Amino acid sequence: MKALDRKLVRDLRAIWAQALTIALVIACGTGGFIGSFATYESLMDARDTYYRDARFADLFAYVKRAPESVGDELRALPGVAVVQTRLVWDVQLDVPGVVQPVMGRFIGVAPREFERGLNGLQLRAGRLPAAGERDTVVINESFARARGLGPGSMLTAVLNGRLQTFTVTGVALSPEFIFATREGAMPDDQWFGVVWTDRERLAASLSMQGAFNAVSVRLLPGASESAVLAEMDRRLARYGSRGAFSREWQISHRIITQELGQWQVMGSVLPSFFLAVSVFVLNIVMSRLVTTQRDQVAALKAMGYSTAQVRLHYLELAAVIVALGLVLGIGVGWWMGTAVTGLYAGFFHFPSYRFALPPDVVALAWAITIAAGMAGTWYAVHATVSLSPAQAMRPAAPPEFRATLMERLGLGRVLGVVPKMIARSFERRPLRATVTVLGVAGSVAVLISGIWWRDAMDYLVDISFFAAQPADVQIGFVEPQAPRVVHDIRHLPGVMQAEGTRALPVKAVAGHRSVRTALQGVGPQPLLRRFLDAQGRPIPMPPNGVVMSQRLAQRLRLGTGDVVTLELLEGEPRQVELTLVGTVDDLMGQAAYVDLDELHRIAGDGPRVSGAFVTIDPRQRDEFMRATKRLPGVAFVWAKQATLQSFRDTSQRNLLFFTSILTAFAATIAVGVVYNSARIALAERAWELATLRVLGLSKREVSSILLGELAIELVVALPIGYVLGYLLAALLVAFTHPDTFRIPLIIWPRTYAYAGLTMLGAGLASAWLVHRRMDRLDMVAVLKTRE
Amino acid sequence: MTSRGIRIDAPPTGLLFHVHGLTKVYRMGEVEVRALSGVDLDVTPGEFIVLLGASGSGKSTLLNILGGLDTATSGEVRWRDLDLAHADEATLTRYRRHSVGFVFQFYNLVSSLTARENVELVTDLCENPMPAAQALQWVGLAERQDHFPAQLSGGEQQRVAIARAVAKRPDLLLCDEPTGALDYQTGKLVLEVLARINQELGTTVIVITHNAAIAGMADRVLRMVDGRIGAQTRNAHRLRPEELSW
Repeated sequence: MKALDRKLVRDLRAIWAQALTIALVIACGTGGFIGSFATYESLMDARDTYYRDARFADLFAYVKRAPESVGDELRALPGVAVVQTRLVWDVQLDVPGVVQPVMGRFIGVAPREFERGLNGLQLRAGRLPAAGERDTVVINESFARARGLGPGSMLTAVLNGRLQTFTVTGVALSPEFIFATREGAMPDDQWFGVVWTDRERLAASLSMQGAFNAVSVRLLPGASESAVLAEMDRRLARYGSRGAFSREWQISHRIITQELGQWQVMGSVLPSFFLAVSVFVLNIVMSRLVTTQRDQVAALKAMGYSTAQVRLHYLELAAVIVALGLVLGIGVGWWMGTAVTGLYAGFFHFPSYRFALPPDVVALAWAITIAAGMAGTWYAVHATVSLSPAQAMRPAAPPEFRATLMERLGLGRVLGVVPKMIARSFERRPLRATVTVLGVAGSVAVLISGIWWRDAMDYLVDISFFAAQPADVQIGFVEPQAPRVVHDIRHLPGVMQAEGTRALPVKAVAGHRSVRTALQGVGPQPLLRRFLDAQGRPIPMPPNGVVMSQRLAQRLRLGTGDVVTLELLEGEPRQVELTLVGTVDDLMGQAAYVDLDELHRIAGDGPRVSGAFVTIDPRQRDEFMRATKRLPGVAFVWAKQATLQSFRDTSQRNLLFFTSILTAFAATIAVGVVYNSARIALAERAWELATLRVLGLSKREVSSILLGELAIELVVALPIGYVLGYLLAALLVAFTHPDTFRIPLIIWPRTYAYAGLTMLGAGLASAWLVHRRMDRLDMVAVLKTRE
Repeated sequence: MTSRGIRIDAPPTGLLFHVHGLTKVYRMGEVEVRALSGVDLDVTPGEFIVLLGASGSGKSTLLNILGGLDTATSGEVRWRDLDLAHADEATLTRYRRHSVGFVFQFYNLVSSLTARENVELVTDLCENPMPAAQALQWVGLAERQDHFPAQLSGGEQQRVAIARAVAKRPDLLLCDEPTGALDYQTGKLVLEVLARINQELGTTVIVITHNAAIAGMADRVLRMVDGRIGAQTRNAHRLRPEELSW
């Protein structure tokens, strides 16, 4: 080993703590980057592989009742590869031991198509029902797991007014229910079950022999989706079609895509920021490290080493640290990716997850870090290694200080000597202080942008579940019913208030843009469901015209005063044109609202209700739930409390996980910045600080000079980090467009406090480490050596 | 008079320092370096002592121990009635803070503080100090007190360092090669200040130097050889600094 290499090894040994903290920062940066992208790619890969293997359909349509011959017509359409007609029927399930009705979706498919047809099932336990077998079903795995069901379990449902009991023979996965929910963005595994059964038996129960009410289509490669959709609409319209739609609108697919899109944004914005901060820290540390070795640079050059050799020596030092960081980063990325993928496995039900680190992602992260790290180090060491040996051998010119602005303004007299030293040091080297402040501010921002979701979600729940919806229970009917049903509901046990509601499925069209949504009727004084804007203020409903969610209006590029066409997707196919009279900045959903009477007029079937909002006496909750199971025509009973509970359980677990990861990352970065900053400041000022010790200042007094600077940098960094964090959160909101809800940019004081306290902890830990090194100040040496 | 934490009333002997059998052994890896081996020395208040010796003779080690920067391996070091040989860290800090003034070869001023503030750095720490302005006047720098070190010449910087050392009214002034980094004229100027402090304030001064010519201005000259005091001479007549030449 050459002498210079030996110096490298010894230098590394001497600065091991600094090298390790920097390597850890780099590990967080690259690990976060690799982990996030790998998670995204692994999930996308899992989804696409599953879709392909299970022959997930491209197009879907629901009708009231269409003869089987229509299926053959569809099969003959150009561009269509496979058509699967089937029966889909929402009912209330009675699960043994569960008081509240569970929403069940019966899907009747010919047994030979269970596995081999479109949207093929993958059996996870038990067996599939055989053709002609009576009252046997397969259920989806997430529901089975949430309810402790399996082969041999019994389920009861009211089908067409007749109570029937089914035996579960198997448990399966379906590409249609990777994210299993009736509607909305919340996983509903406890309250929503999918039940596959022999189509013939189901048809007999529903009097649907020779007919279907749902169809899935798989296209030939290169087929025109829009042409087939238009053709399907044309042929299905008279059978009560609600409009054929592409995979894009299929709810499970939509939620996965939205969630993965969000993850992609989070996973590119945050880790890129990490990576930037880590490279930044590497640069400042390298530059200051080399400056403290000025005399050694001089000696090496005086001995005959070239500038290039000396530069290479320091680049190698940086390279070792970067390499350590990159290797650790692979570990961090692997761990994080596996953990996040596992977390998603909890509510995205793929048959298998294969988490892999894509080599291109790793290569990209490495290339960015190595390039930035080496370029930064090159730049950082350039000034020092370029000095002529004689120049470098001379001590750096005595630093010139002058009275600070504060003192020139006459405030100097109130400052003690130590604060003056600190103030002048800042004023003399503003860039250095700025760099430290930015490093710490960056980690504060990382922390805030990672954990503010908790505030946003809590706010969302507060507004959407409480302010906007004081009702405890929402009941949905299979078909719109006469308003008398609300009267019946009022007489159920425990009901305090009940209010009918009407929503029409529509396709809102403006120019070439269209969105499938619901047109909600709003009564003059809705009691149990309020229409609120983002600030929680009730929305006044004008008697004419339509009011839209701001996001819906934006998607359709509509402004107030514009006309929107609404194609009704229920009952007779019709179109109405309404003027957009206002938008509301609401948080959840993307709906259009009209006055209730206006809606009745549009629907054209007299006053009908499609559902009801109910408040109940909590003491009679169970009686009420039992009674709803006997109500005819009920598709679902949605209980706020139960949904909220499962939402909170899931989100708590996820948030805790992400908060822990981000806290660890941010604290690592903060310690990396603060500790290195303090260590180098100590090295640079060891001579001065030792002199002060000789003059009789105690260790604590000397520490206070060094750590006082750090404390001030930390205090200045916090508000800057808060602002950066807010901006980063705003950036994330701007990049994510979930269409089921809007993420409110709400950051509560608890998040700022948490970020501040974490930084304080990192600062204290760094201060303690540096304070311990004060013991090594060599008081004897300063008497003899020159700075 | 008492100073914080340290009783400095003179013991019956009237000695400032009583050093007996002082030994200091450094362990450098596997090698033992005997820097001091059995130094005996008594110093009376108000003495001006010059300590001469070749490099490695132990003079700096002796100064460090007398100044409370280092501790002894064995032997006795008494500062009045304070046992420096066995004092703890905090006691040594208090001792340096209140009783000893240091003058370094390279001045060791804090570059971010003006001349006056460098002096205040010390006067802020102790009771009954000399006002900083007065200390600077003492060394002839009343006019330059608001200048930063980078704006002062070497001689001026050294005089600020001396003002900083005497402002606390120490009993002892320890100077390590105070003229080592200065030219002839400036060096003499600094020595004049030291002589004046010794005579007018009665401060005991111990100067380490390679420069044997300085010995002429001392009451007593100690020559160190191999970690021992090899020879002691007393000057019957102290020369004034302007009478010295080298």
